[in-house]
Amino acid sequence: MTATVSYDDVEVGTELPSKTFPIQRSNLVQYAGASGDFNVIHWNERVAKSVGLPNVIAHGMFTMAEASRVLTEWVGDPGAVVDYGVRFTKPVVVPDDDAGASLEVSGKVTEKLDARRVAVELTARSGDDKVLGRAKAVLQLA
Amino acid sequence: MSAADAVGRTYPKTAPYEVGREKIREFAEAIGDLNPAYLDPAAAQKLGHPDVIAPPTFPIIFTMRSTGAAVFDPDLEMDYARVVHGEQRFVYERPVRAGDRLVCATEIEDVKVRAGSIFLSMRTDVTTEDGEPVLAAYALIVSRAADEES
Repeated sequence: MTATVSYDDVEVGTELPSKTFPIQRSNLVQYAGASGDFNVIHWNERVAKSVGLPNVIAHGMFTMAEASRVLTEWVGDPGAVVDYGVRFTKPVVVPDDDAGASLEVSGKVTEKLDARRVAVELTARSGDDKVLGRAKAVLQLA
Repeated sequence: MSAADAVGRTYPKTAPYEVGREKIREFAEAIGDLNPAYLDPAAAQKLGHPDVIAPPTFPIIFTMRSTGAAVFDPDLEMDYARVVHGEQRFVYERPVRAGDRLVCATEIEDVKVRAGSIFLSMRTDVTTEDGEPVLAAYALIVSRAADEES
């Protein structure tokens, strides 16, 4: 594995470049097809509302995947992500309009570990909601 | 039985899932991550991988099939209409790559029942057909109590 970030250049508190991801219904349909998760609450507004949701919501795994791009794009080699976990705290509600939803993700190095690895904590928000909790990763640096 | 008695229960290993280059491409495009390591074997080889690798969350495709055996286990009495995904984690020995033939083995690590909601913690060990460990996937699935407002 060949991360492009060197362990020696990173300190606790080093920030990863933040990213904002627009999310529209078409993204959810595409993700449903690629992942095989066709749960109707991710594409059918009538059903989503009937089970008490405000509207169609993004797959938690889609949100987790989008957030991982902050890791993979920073570290260079996606194979350097050796541990990645999240808690799904709030759903990302995706209305059927031109704007859709927006996911803002930032990350910060929280610890330097042995074997040239670092711990990173991610923050993911949509609107006023923190949508991922305990979003943590371990990256193998060069 | 009560759901808590299922702690330690294991489910039969799945048939091998064969990781294809085009499936990785499809998944990478769906999450908008066009890293060359996912798309171009030559670029992946430059990073030291034998073939294109998969994004970190790709294994949800085949681990979900394996954990489904537990979620749909009638003894657990999960109400699938009220099931939500609580947590997910992947711990890697090495990246998943095209050409891998991967087998999943799911075990129930913990079950908690609180106010009628069931919290099911599962670990899925993913190995190659030959038994080489590749990753472990941890999932917390919650079946919300029927009387709870969504």
